[in-house]
Amino acid sequence: MALWAEITISLLLVIAGFFGFVGSFGLIRLKDAMSRLHAPTKATTLGVGSVLIASMLYFVTAQGQISAHELMISLFLFLTAPIVAHFIAKVHVHLHERPKSLPEPSVGTDWASFAAKTPARGVRRATPDTPAD
Amino acid sequence: MTLFHRIFPHPLLSVVLAVVWVLLVNTLTLNAVVFGAILGLVVPWLTRAYWPDAPRLRNPLMIAEYLLVVLWDIVVANVQVAVIILFKSDAARRPCWITVPLELRTPEAITVLAGTITMTPGTVSSDLSADGHAILVHCLHAPDPDAVRDQIKSRYERRLMEIFE
Repeated sequence: MALWAEITISLLLVIAGFFGFVGSFGLIRLKDAMSRLHAPTKATTLGVGSVLIASMLYFVTAQGQISAHELMISLFLFLTAPIVAHFIAKVHVHLHERPKSLPEPSVGTDWASFAAKTPARGVRRATPDTPAD
Repeated sequence: MTLFHRIFPHPLLSVVLAVVWVLLVNTLTLNAVVFGAILGLVVPWLTRAYWPDAPRLRNPLMIAEYLLVVLWDIVVANVQVAVIILFKSDAARRPCWITVPLELRTPEAITVLAGTITMTPGTVSSDLSADGHAILVHCLHAPDPDAVRDQIKSRYERRLMEIFE
């Protein structure tokens, strides 16, 4: 394997480790639930992405074959990360936010989470005036 | 409805499924291609009842541009969020909720926009208004909420309008 390839791969792995660490650190450090959601949805994307690029580069330079699994992993990551983040945000809105604590969508309407008159089965309504964290 | 559309309710989805299958197998053999083609035929056909109206995609070139813009923004977002996590105290951080009014009406386009908002600089999409005409976004650090809203509208929504509508 060429020296430039080794250096590039090592660099990518270090970058990946750094961003993976920052994403996990953000989970602990940030104070409120919604802010914590930002750390894993973003900082880890670049972390995982760098590992995948490093892996592709390794297989091309060291073994001379193109590996496509890494592309699939990033495709599934881009599909699943926003959906999971949306689920967590939605649960937060249901449990900890009231229509008054959020900006209005527009006159005469409400956010979908509050529009249903009766709470969906299995969803526990927060008691009124629960502070957002 | 033509015969072609009855057999392939979503031609693009069929192609994507076949390609994804071949990539998952990781070898380009006749075996993998045939099985991928079978998947591309059967899966859209079995799920056609749940996705009756496929959106029309226009501007394939715009899709490529959109992907590049979003990929670049994801890299920038990662660095920005890392800097905020490491160096900004919670007292100095200004988290907030913003409302982004939508001009997009295609459900698929709104889904893509919501996903993009979650993956890019310091924003997570959290809820849709009951009529589907506004999206609720949480910002990690936004000293100027209006600027964030304008950026989402001009950078992503405008391009999606050109692709989907």
